[in-house]
Amino acid sequence: MDWTTLFQQFMNGFSLGSLYALLAIGYTLVYGILGLINFAHSDVFMLGTYFAFFMMGIFLLPWWLSVVIGVSLCALVGMTIERVAYRPLRSAPRISALITAVGVSFFIQNLGLITVGARPKGFPRPELMKNVYFIAGVRIQGVTFWVPLFSIAILLVLFYLVYRTKVGIAMRAVSKDMETTRLMGVNVDQVILYTFALGSALAGIGGALWACKYPQINPLMGTFPGWKAFTAAVVGGIGNVIGAMIGGFIIGLAEIMIVAFFPNLTGYRDAFVFALLIIFLLVKPSGVMGEALKEKV
Amino acid sequence: MLSFEKRDLLLTGLLFGLLMLGVWWAQIYLNAYLVRIFNTACIYVVAATAYNLVNGVTGQFSLGPNGFMAIGGYTVALLMLPVAQKQEVYFLQPLMWPFNAFSFPPSLFLLALVLGGLLAALAAILIGIPTLRLRGDYLAIATFGFGEIIVVLANNLIPLTNGALGIKGIPEYTNLWWTVNWAFWTVFMLKNLVNSSFGRALKAIREDEVAAEAMGINLFRHKLLAFALSGFFAGVAGGLFVTLISTVSPALFTFTMTFNLLIIIVLGGLGSITASTITAVLFAFLQEILREVEAPHTIGPWTFPGIPGMRMVVFSIILVILMIFYRRGLFGRWELSWQEVLDLWHRRKRAHGTS
Repeated sequence: MDWTTLFQQFMNGFSLGSLYALLAIGYTLVYGILGLINFAHSDVFMLGTYFAFFMMGIFLLPWWLSVVIGVSLCALVGMTIERVAYRPLRSAPRISALITAVGVSFFIQNLGLITVGARPKGFPRPELMKNVYFIAGVRIQGVTFWVPLFSIAILLVLFYLVYRTKVGIAMRAVSKDMETTRLMGVNVDQVILYTFALGSALAGIGGALWACKYPQINPLMGTFPGWKAFTAAVVGGIGNVIGAMIGGFIIGLAEIMIVAFFPNLTGYRDAFVFALLIIFLLVKPSGVMGEALKEKV
Repeated sequence: MLSFEKRDLLLTGLLFGLLMLGVWWAQIYLNAYLVRIFNTACIYVVAATAYNLVNGVTGQFSLGPNGFMAIGGYTVALLMLPVAQKQEVYFLQPLMWPFNAFSFPPSLFLLALVLGGLLAALAAILIGIPTLRLRGDYLAIATFGFGEIIVVLANNLIPLTNGALGIKGIPEYTNLWWTVNWAFWTVFMLKNLVNSSFGRALKAIREDEVAAEAMGINLFRHKLLAFALSGFFAGVAGGLFVTLISTVSPALFTFTMTFNLLIIIVLGGLGSITASTITAVLFAFLQEILREVEAPHTIGPWTFPGIPGMRMVVFSIILVILMIFYRRGLFGRWELSWQEVLDLWHRRKRAHGTS
């Protein structure tokens, strides 16, 4: 493998990793606060692509406006899910909340199947993504170039939100200790709602960008990206926002490099991520950035 | 006067005899459609009660029974498919070595089922070791991934599984004798297990892991054993399933299968073997009834188009509503015991006597 191919593959993995990072942050935010694996997150991601798809295809809006509307709708869906399905179960045993999450996820998928059908649809890529760029003589597709750039810009906004604004401080406080935060006069329910809105918006952006990269969309497309993003969150240390981002890049790069170096293993790229998850659970369950926390009794 | 244990055993034996009599009758007089539903129901009983052992009794959330069923199903298919049929089915790529050279005679069907179950149990142990030592959620995500990966492998390991085409023409060994027997003995065993000291330890883990550990229960070993046992029965259920419908393909063991089992155990009541048994049978019938709903209907001058897939939407709404408003399910943690049945019997007799 020569240098240019390697660089291309690296950029490819980097852009895939940035998408995983966007998704993984949604998982890690919710998990950090509620201790819940939000199975429906991957389906909000799927909805993000469909919202953008319909805005562009039916209402003929420009792509950037479609994405903005789609992302807002995703945030709304995320808040609805929290309000309707998760809030009533906040004090219930963890397994009940998990089952509900699976139920919500399955509901969105099957609603998608009966409304838009199982047949994959072609996502119209904006012109910007179709351009071809040459960096130091290496041919880079527009998608591979712009997706990580957009993602990183969004991640920077996110870090500002989480680490520098009042809402972000409240979110982190709730994830440390919900009861004390409540005593400090923070409206915990509202903060949790904002967290879901933020996570779902990121999933929506991730979905729209994902569809630019892989333009075949179908109602079940969220499952594997979602699961890999959760794996990324575990690899990075669950509950840790920076960890989720690092985990996303690790998973994305590893997946593309496996395919690049062992082309005959392409069919098994998903199985490989699973192996990575098992290894991390065995060796370092707290992840790259996570601190080993003993559960309080 | 008999001791309680002997009395219960006697009554269980009696029930078994009655069931066998029923099977004998059904094989002769019942129509094929109903027999098919009963077969499916019994397979659901095996899979659902085993699934409940992990999710309900031990309180660990697994999402992988479809993977374990797939392992059992493919193992039994590969062992039982006649060699000549194998050459016919694997026209894309020939079947890989040990399996293309032999196949079990019909008399070894039981052995094939048990081997399928053992392989599934082995897979369960391999996943359980890294995940069960950690907090419960890791099991959920790892088993979910496992179930999905098994489907991916079944699609890609063409020399072993024939890919997406699947394996056709598996001899139909499964009949009511097999399914009812497996269902009966699975429920019998799991019920006794739940009432044993091992079962009480599992329940203690469900209620409070820290307290259970303080009582001297080895958390990891108990969880792992329950998980492996559950994997075994899921594997057997998968094996029974593929020899019932005589074909196996990756589409058969997708996450929908796990979801069906989840609906069964949640609807019945997490942690109750009796409840899962009842709801598994109900579910098999409900699925057939709802199949009718999905078909197009003509009422008077109006024609309603059928909406295929509507069932799953309804099921997922039911699941969420159950969890929010009626978490204990239909039966809660109630277990049927012979004592209860006898009490009921006596009370009714007494009521009749006084009136």
